[in-house]
Amino acid sequence: MAKIQLNGKKVAIKSNFSLFDLLKKYKLINKKVAIEHNGSIVPKINYKKKNLKDNDKVEIVHFIGGG
Amino acid sequence: MNKDIFKVAGKILKSRLIVGTGKYKNFNETAKAVQASGADMVTVAVRRVNIIDKKKPILTDYLNPKKIIFLPNTAGCFNSEEALRTLRLAREMGGWKLVKLEVLADKKTLYPNMLETIQSTKILVKEGFKVMVYCTDDPILAKKLEDSGASAIMPLASPIGSGLGIQNKVNISLIIKQSKVPVIIDAGIGTASDATIAMELGCEGVLINSAIANAKNPILMAKAFKDAVISGRNSYLAGRMSKNYFATASSPTKGLI
Repeated sequence: MAKIQLNGKKVAIKSNFSLFDLLKKYKLINKKVAIEHNGSIVPKINYKKKNLKDNDKVEIVHFIGGG
Repeated sequence: MNKDIFKVAGKILKSRLIVGTGKYKNFNETAKAVQASGADMVTVAVRRVNIIDKKKPILTDYLNPKKIIFLPNTAGCFNSEEALRTLRLAREMGGWKLVKLEVLADKKTLYPNMLETIQSTKILVKEGFKVMVYCTDDPILAKKLEDSGASAIMPLASPIGSGLGIQNKVNISLIIKQSKVPVIIDAGIGTASDATIAMELGCEGVLINSAIANAKNPILMAKAFKDAVISGRNSYLAGRMSKNYFATASSPTKGLI
């Protein structure tokens, strides 16, 4: 188990959980999202490679209505 | 007559009306208003995904970025760092290089911080972005923005969401006269006739959000704006008559009984 901060909220995940697994957990595969991991933007091709560890900060963003 | 083409950052747009997608009652209304407006470009904001409610509808369920051009904006960013972070994320999301930059200075007026706006424009241009830039109606600063590589100059007509219409036509005209990139009025338009005035001044386009979303009937207002923009553009191209201080009769005096 590891505890990460996802979009400002504490979330518990299994160990060796990748960013791809995280997207799967939140049903965001193939959705238009972008991920920032500990302050750096992660290119899509690295989602499977990037494993999460305790205290990691993850931001997942998408488009919403705006002017 | 040559075909009247509206081109921003190499993209040809069918409509000179760009619409925002914020402030609507629900996504259904957003989609209907966008359709009624005839716009082929919409602005969108970048925000955190709702991780608590996975089933909540999202914007892209209602507006297809393959069918309509999404223009990611930096609304809500109060410094260069936040704005750059937002647009870099937007680019990662789906290859968006055409973006709308706004770096705000003050919560009460939502006036842009022009120093940080110019600085951010330069950085974004260097990174390969095409940047449409929200700015004040100061012609000198607008020129600086253009020299910094902005793809479009987007001066405010009046404060964002105020609906006060164009407060300084002289400045807007000065900016239009000097600019080689499109000038698009962004912010402050209150009703359809304001958009017509902007187009008659020679703006290449207008960006509207609140005036449509906050109308009693947003879908009908979207249609009104579509017509107003077409009308204003035609009027600009037609060239208005000169203003005279005295009356000139419309009917001939010859043959008067």
